[in-house]
Amino acid sequence: MPESNERGSLTEAVFYILLSLYQPMHGYGIMQTVGEWSRGRVILGAGTLYGALNTLLEKNWIQTVPGSDNSRKKEYVITAQGKQQIEDERLRLEERLENAKRITGGNEL
Amino acid sequence: MKKIIRKLYWNPQKEENWLNSLAAKGLSLTDYSWGRYVFQDTEPGEYTYRIELLDKNAQTVESEVYLRFLEESGVEVVSHWKRWVYLRKKTVEGPFDLYSDIESRIRYLMRLTRFYLGLTLLEAFVGLANILIGITDVFVKPLQDRGFMSSVPFVNLFGGILCLGLGLMFFFALYLPIRSQLRKLKKEKEIFE
Repeated sequence: MPESNERGSLTEAVFYILLSLYQPMHGYGIMQTVGEWSRGRVILGAGTLYGALNTLLEKNWIQTVPGSDNSRKKEYVITAQGKQQIEDERLRLEERLENAKRITGGNEL
Repeated sequence: MKKIIRKLYWNPQKEENWLNSLAAKGLSLTDYSWGRYVFQDTEPGEYTYRIELLDKNAQTVESEVYLRFLEESGVEVVSHWKRWVYLRKKTVEGPFDLYSDIESRIRYLMRLTRFYLGLTLLEAFVGLANILIGITDVFVKPLQDRGFMSSVPFVNLFGGILCLGLGLMFFFALYLPIRSQLRKLKKEKEIFE
């Protein structure tokens, strides 16, 4: 059976990992950056990050920085495909935000 | 100062709690093998410990790559034993959880349930096989003709019952609780990430 092209939202972890990799970064740097951006709300577990990085590498949404493979700390960077995913997600988020504002009137509860 | 404690744990969650309660008192694990725990004096509460079941044996390439990644992320690999690793992190660096979202927690719990189910089945198989051998053996040759070998069927029988008992213990005390955690998380995943 052919797979549906309709994709769901990215998980928050994947979204932030991809976004942090617009700059080449190693694992620890990703954890720090995502923690800062979310003001300490999203603390990536090392096991979670490791699994996500491997999946994103397989999907070719990120790649390792050439030359960093052999050094002690591997660095990762987002690919064009990954950037497309971020763009798609941004549109989905904007749609959600607009609808939420429209219905609730943008008022804080 | 170094302190050695010999103890056998079969429930890693209880073992982890024990390690953390000792670390809170200033006794921090630095090495483990075959029921032998080595501790060093540290500041009370300096480290938080986690015990993790790896996907493969700790000495395989895959596991080494993973453990190196953990080290680079500020996690210290204290010791490893077969598929189990003992990890710690400085408590001041914040909460220490290896898995931070539901998806990855589910994947880890599935690894645990597979492992515990495998242990259960192995013990049950070895146990039942020995019980059967023990019982049939008695009928094949009368005990009085065996001389000093006459106790062999009973060794089979009691060894078998012991294995079967272990298998049941793994099933009820390790497998079932993890499976119910897994079910709860899967429900949660329908709503949250």
